[in-house]
Amino acid sequence: MSGHDPNSPRHLKHYFHDVNQQYETSKFAMWAFILTEVLTFAGLFVAYIVYRSWYPDMFIDAHKLLDVNKGLMNTIVLITSSLTMALAIWAIQKNNRKLSVLMLVATFLFAFVFLGIKYLEYSHKFEVGQLPGEFYSYMGPDAVHLNNPHIFFSIYFIMTGLHGLHVAIGMGLIAWLIYSTYKGNLTSEYYTPMEMIGIFWHLVDLIWIYLFPLFYLIG
Amino acid sequence: MLDRLTEYFFPKQVSTFASDIDNLYFFIFYSSVALFLIVVFGMLYLSIKYRHRKGEDLKLTSSKDHSNLLESMFFIIPLILVSITFVWGIRSYLQMIIVPDDAIEIKVTGQSWFWTFDYPDGGTTLNELVVPSNQPVKLVLSSKDVLHSFFIPVMRSKMDCLPNRYNVMWFDATKEGVYDIFCTEYCGTGHSQMGAKVIVMKPAQYEEWASELGSEDDDLPLDELGAKLYTKKACNTCHTLDGSALVGPSYLQTSQMWGQERVFDDGSSTVIDDNYIRSSILEPMTQIVAGYQGVMPTYQGLLSDRELDALIAFLKTLNEDSQI
Amino acid sequence: MTENTKQNYLNHPKGIMSWLLTLDHKRIGLMYLFSGILFFFLGGLIALVMRFELAAPGNDIISNDVYNNAYTLHGAIMIFLFIIPAIPGALGNILLPLMVGAKDVAFPRLNLASFYIYSFGALFAMYTIINGGVDTGWTFYTPYSTQSTSNVVPMTLGIFIIGFSSILTGLNFIATIHKMRIPGLTWYKLPLFVWALYGTSLVQITATPVLAITMVLLMLERFLGIGIFDPALGGDPVLYQHFFWFYSHPAVYIMILPAFGIISEIIPVHSRKKIWGYKFIAYSTLSIAFIGFLVWGHHMFTSGQSVFSQIVFSFITYFVGIPTGVKIFSWILTMYKGQVSFTPPMMYALSFLFLFTIGGLTGIFLGAVALDIHLHDTYFVVAHFHYVMQGGTIVAFLGGLHHWWPKSFGVMYNQTVANIAALGVFIGFNGTFFPQFLLGLRGMPRRYATYDEQFVELHSYSTFWSGILGISIFIAVMNLFWSFIKKNKVDPGSNPWGGMTLEWTHTSSPPHPHNFEEDPVLQHGPYDYDKVIVEKTYKK
Repeated sequence: MSGHDPNSPRHLKHYFHDVNQQYETSKFAMWAFILTEVLTFAGLFVAYIVYRSWYPDMFIDAHKLLDVNKGLMNTIVLITSSLTMALAIWAIQKNNRKLSVLMLVATFLFAFVFLGIKYLEYSHKFEVGQLPGEFYSYMGPDAVHLNNPHIFFSIYFIMTGLHGLHVAIGMGLIAWLIYSTYKGNLTSEYYTPMEMIGIFWHLVDLIWIYLFPLFYLIG
Repeated sequence: MLDRLTEYFFPKQVSTFASDIDNLYFFIFYSSVALFLIVVFGMLYLSIKYRHRKGEDLKLTSSKDHSNLLESMFFIIPLILVSITFVWGIRSYLQMIIVPDDAIEIKVTGQSWFWTFDYPDGGTTLNELVVPSNQPVKLVLSSKDVLHSFFIPVMRSKMDCLPNRYNVMWFDATKEGVYDIFCTEYCGTGHSQMGAKVIVMKPAQYEEWASELGSEDDDLPLDELGAKLYTKKACNTCHTLDGSALVGPSYLQTSQMWGQERVFDDGSSTVIDDNYIRSSILEPMTQIVAGYQGVMPTYQGLLSDRELDALIAFLKTLNEDSQI
Repeated sequence: MTENTKQNYLNHPKGIMSWLLTLDHKRIGLMYLFSGILFFFLGGLIALVMRFELAAPGNDIISNDVYNNAYTLHGAIMIFLFIIPAIPGALGNILLPLMVGAKDVAFPRLNLASFYIYSFGALFAMYTIINGGVDTGWTFYTPYSTQSTSNVVPMTLGIFIIGFSSILTGLNFIATIHKMRIPGLTWYKLPLFVWALYGTSLVQITATPVLAITMVLLMLERFLGIGIFDPALGGDPVLYQHFFWFYSHPAVYIMILPAFGIISEIIPVHSRKKIWGYKFIAYSTLSIAFIGFLVWGHHMFTSGQSVFSQIVFSFITYFVGIPTGVKIFSWILTMYKGQVSFTPPMMYALSFLFLFTIGGLTGIFLGAVALDIHLHDTYFVVAHFHYVMQGGTIVAFLGGLHHWWPKSFGVMYNQTVANIAALGVFIGFNGTFFPQFLLGLRGMPRRYATYDEQFVELHSYSTFWSGILGISIFIAVMNLFWSFIKKNKVDPGSNPWGGMTLEWTHTSSPPHPHNFEEDPVLQHGPYDYDKVIVEKTYKK
């Protein structure tokens, strides 16, 4: 039987018949998980839509307070990181461990830059008082007339914050991948974890591609 | 027989649409009883008829697992019944929400834990909704704090009271009498005590009552007026007269402590006198009695000066050895 | 040969760490079972306190505040700590791999993680009880919940955490069902309990994320005043209700689908007859799971939502009832020309048919908008959901426990005591909850600590019978435990009831740690009582 067969790969769990069944199951479950993530963010998108429809003018005016340049930078950074992630997988498929690790490190660095830019944005907002909910205090000339501006910033911080949390979690997973690949645990024969985390990373990228125009661009 | 059943199941039918609602109920009820009896009879009959008798060998059983006729029936008959129910439910509902043009409008405000009613010609009552019979009455509902819900069982009518917008319900009462109103959305400690009464009067009587609203108590001595206001203004929801603590201190205790210091939750204290009682009614949150929660709403705007004086007078009379 | 001489999942491997760090789905299932029963008894005890208070109109035993905390905790514990996690978690975990011929679920470590996440979340709920409770109702409606000083955050945090357990279990089950069936076990040869778990898991993974985000938004509203649900901050309380019920309506299908699956297993086996309408039951499971997402507004008929919404939600609500009705008739017709045994599992199944039918039919009353206006937030609703959740799910769960107990533990319980307890549950349940329909019709609101004199008679009946119900459930469960604890255990053999699904035909009682000594080969369908005679290994 597969699990007790001394010739079966180390990574094959005893309750699977063969590597293919294990791989197929992992992929299937990962996509199901992606579905749950989409639904989580969908709930927040609904909240965004409801509040935008209630305070349309306020949303338009408040969004001008966001830094479009930083947002654009972040978009480019994240899309590039998706590219390097895909390249890492391509490299390991060719059994090119060095290149794969390099691409993973690049992905990690891009993610770090993303969070860095977000940190700059957030700290600026903290300084001037553009904060969620009852902590909102910004009364600059461009905002003093706004009706309930704290709501815009509430939704902004919750959505970008939850997204940022996913970026951070992704970074942790990628760091683990760097270690695993460097150590030789992942090869062209078995690189399932890299592929699964890659799928997760692409989702994180995709969510940002929706967030960016919704908050920074639509006027 | 239907009348007897209606009386058994339901409160009185007072509004014009109550009997239609009750009839809808009975349509669903009889259909359900029929379906239920088929289910119970079916299962008892089949399980007993085809029981495994003692000592009987185990055998191969029937292959029959399908019947177009039966399955179509299980599908179509309930479908017909629910279709009728759905359409009837919506048609009756439309009647319940389309307010007749000649309705008089009364504003209903729920707050923890009493109801305020404001009448078209001015005047306010607490916990007593007075309406004329055979006249559509439109209620405009809202809340001052959390969600409440306004339910009059005899009218078969209910609507939530929200703090950020108005909801509307209406009814046309056909029988004079006094009926229950309940709050049906959980709103905190006093939710189950947030009851009120609707008093349906003949139109002529209602006219008279409306015109006298506010002036009927002009000749009452202060302490008697205070006794009336104790229930009319819903003080009894949170304050007892027998010494037992409820949501707030008992009036008896306050009365017996007249002239003595009362301690508040922030450590400060003050002497119980006329001024203290007045401020505790108008600005209750400024001095919360130690050991109690700060949940009393303000009566600013809900009591006239005379009514305030009346309550103070009433409070003083509660202490039997009163020398106040 | 008793289970002590052979290696099984209970006695191998040994030691407390081998249990705490187990990857064996059967052991994880048992851990869910015991935690679940514990929380069920806790929630039940709270209910009895409530019922005793309600025997008379005033505040006799407890104050308003204590009562309000009690009903909230009763609901939250029963729903979030028992029914939703423990029934798929217990029976699902123990049985799913066995029924599909697998050695374990797709992701055993994730499975263990699910259990610990559930336990961790439950700790928050327990903290809430010790720290003074929460009184918002399990529904946490705003703005009361955003303004209340009670322990809203610990409880919602606990629920949020338990939600992750739900999602991970759902993912695990879906992957297992799709990818780990033995060759020849096609979808239409699966036991219907597996179909039920599949439908349940689909709902779990799609609905629970929305609950998670709702709880997060509620907590943020309290901490940061973000202004989403509280009108004082610019938000809308009805939006909260939409978010909440978008999850919580599908959640009730998470609660009932496994129960339907259990009944679909018990009736064919104890009637020794092929199930009636297999495909129909399978498809109706999926359609109920799907349509269940479209009806949430029927909890909000008095909230002031638009007429259009009222019409649409009422219309779709009726759709969801029809497939369920066909299932009931299919289960009954299964007994036609069978050989029915009145064993405890069968008694619970018959009980289910009776009680769930009442529960389901009373949903029809509530779906009619005009009538719901009168009945909403009254005891009619309380009676309705107890008929479906307790008369339905709990009764089916008890039936499932009695059906699979011999398989899981290798012991047979006293069937006479079990049958008497089942009867007690049936009678006690009806006595407790049937009067509540009348209370609701007559206008008695729910969540009331005290009530008007006019309602006292019906309340006193309800309280009396609730005592009988409580005692009966206690006896039923204790009788099961006793079978396992007592000295002279009774060996039921590997197939005491003559079942035809893999857990009966190919495993010992209790099963081997790795389920099957050899890969099972499928020889017949799950209910082929017309083609094969399967002997019972236990003669009463």
